[in-house]
Amino acid sequence: MQFFFEVLIGGLLAGVMYSLVALGFVLIYKASGVFNFAQGAMVFFAALTMVGFTELGAPFWLAVALALGAMIILAVLTERVVLRPLVNQPQNTLFMATIGLSFFVEGVAQMTWGAQVRALDLGIADEPIGWISEKTGMNISKFDLVASGIAAALVVVLAVFFNRTSTGRALRAVADDHQAALSIGISLQRIWVIVWIVAGFVALVTGMLWGARNGVQFALTFLALKALPVLILGGFESVAGAIVGGLIVGASEKLAEVYLAKYVGGGGIEPWFPYVLALLFLLVRPEGLFGEKHIDRV
Amino acid sequence: MFYREAGQFRTTYAEDQQLFPIRQDRIGAIFFLLFAFLVVPIASVTPVLERAIDFQYWYGGVLIPFLIFSLAALGLNILTGYAGQLSFGTAAFMAVGAFAAYNLELRVPGIPMLASFILAGIIAALVGIVFGLPSLRVKGFYLAVATLAAQFFVVWALTKFGWFSNYSSSGVITAQKLVVFAYAFDTPVKRYVLVLAIVSVMALAAKNMVRGSLGRAWMAVRDMDVAAEVVGIPMMKTKLLAFAISSFYCGVAGALYAFAYLGTVEPTGFDLDLSFRIFFMIIVGGVGSILGSFLGAAFIVLLPIFLDLSAGSLERGFGLRLPPGLVSNLTLIAFGALIVFFLVVEPLGLARLWEIAKEKLRLWPFPH
Repeated sequence: MQFFFEVLIGGLLAGVMYSLVALGFVLIYKASGVFNFAQGAMVFFAALTMVGFTELGAPFWLAVALALGAMIILAVLTERVVLRPLVNQPQNTLFMATIGLSFFVEGVAQMTWGAQVRALDLGIADEPIGWISEKTGMNISKFDLVASGIAAALVVVLAVFFNRTSTGRALRAVADDHQAALSIGISLQRIWVIVWIVAGFVALVTGMLWGARNGVQFALTFLALKALPVLILGGFESVAGAIVGGLIVGASEKLAEVYLAKYVGGGGIEPWFPYVLALLFLLVRPEGLFGEKHIDRV
Repeated sequence: MFYREAGQFRTTYAEDQQLFPIRQDRIGAIFFLLFAFLVVPIASVTPVLERAIDFQYWYGGVLIPFLIFSLAALGLNILTGYAGQLSFGTAAFMAVGAFAAYNLELRVPGIPMLASFILAGIIAALVGIVFGLPSLRVKGFYLAVATLAAQFFVVWALTKFGWFSNYSSSGVITAQKLVVFAYAFDTPVKRYVLVLAIVSVMALAAKNMVRGSLGRAWMAVRDMDVAAEVVGIPMMKTKLLAFAISSFYCGVAGALYAFAYLGTVEPTGFDLDLSFRIFFMIIVGGVGSILGSFLGAAFIVLLPIFLDLSAGSLERGFGLRLPPGLVSNLTLIAFGALIVFFLVVEPLGLARLWEIAKEKLRLWPFPH
């Protein structure tokens, strides 16, 4: 039983990291109806830029600021070059465009900074916390706890931003109804830039946390693929859904790896288990846990 | 002037619906097929050309993969371009085809090669139907996520269960020798002719399919599925047939990929990257166009080769030392930029450019 809880908690903490990636997706989807496949590439780009500047000798805070600057440039360019010409196109078209964007960003990131794996040290040790191990016998990483704390803080900041600032309200208005938002004088273009910047910021935080754990490398781009089942489970429109979905995926894939894998011929089911889970979930509730119901009209 | 169809009257429905309604297209298609089947192979045994061009490379490394990718792109185009169902599982269905053909050859004594290719396609079709089931409930990128499940699951299963690869280490299989009707296709030129024959037949079949009632049903589902259902198009049959036929094409393409192109394949070779590459082919070539599948495949196959060659000549010509990995990164950037470019500027791809060229040729050199 104690082992079960250890696996469960480890999974939940990993799930927090998935939630962070999913959060970036949700932000952009809510504000512009674009399913941004490039979020994984943005995570990679942000982390790589940050580490790259550190290697050039920039202090930590400056490297973060410069990376954030790069994400702002990326957001502005994306809006100009990709989103603006594709206004009013079907969602599928925009989705495909972001696939192109992700390849572009990956190529640029690797060309600028090189493809080798880099270590990123945030100064938080990735080791079990002593007193918890002693009291309960469970190994819980300090790093995981800090990461969850950061994720929680990020969600609070975003919630305040969305609910208490006028920009945040404008974002929600756009998400609700593009035309109504336009008619009361909200600039769609400005909102899109802002939301891509916010998503870029989330990508930077995600990239630094994942990078500190696994090294800053190309594999970070696959995070986008991890986040997809999270979104299916949680619903595309809901920040809360991203968090809950991430926790479910994180916990269930670890539990499945430990308890279910032996029935299907051994380990290694982690890569596809969340997808199958999401698939089964789709059949029952296509809009996800917290998503809005889709209504088709002719 | 060149594309003037004046005087070509169609007096029956059959004439109106033929594969190539314009005479010039008909002649062009026949001419092109003759060229591909006769001139290209004969050129390879012409002594003058043989010295000038490395035919082994051009057949084995360019033409054969181009044809095989065209077939896979054709399969994806049927599903995504005609039936409107987004899919990222193309490589998985190719993997099913490749491994099915290998196992059929291995375990069924005396099975003809072509029969095992067809059966491999059918097995891929069955797998496609299973993973197409979610399309009855969801669409758009929800469906894309569902097909990603196919992608990861199939690669995992082929790696995990040794039976599929006859218990070789890490799932690598070496395809049996390509022998059809007791004739060994052992050189790249011979293999090219075989692949070309298979691809031509399947492309014509696809062209035939999309003009008939099935193709129209697909297009109706693509354009608005709710409306299609209201006018009485059976949703389940139409969507699942799209998945089945698309996967059949991908399965045969996968079998050819293993048997006629690489010879040795492993499950991880059929990864998401390959799926994306084929997806790019239909975007660049033209969504919902048979011709576009070929144009897109040619473009995506040739682009890295072109970049590689030009980087090589830059290094030799100017004595530059280009950083390693530059070409692969440039390829990534070029692919990404091209996708965005085509979606913004020409959403119907290269095939649409050809249509425009035809319109122009029709009038040229007169203004009206």
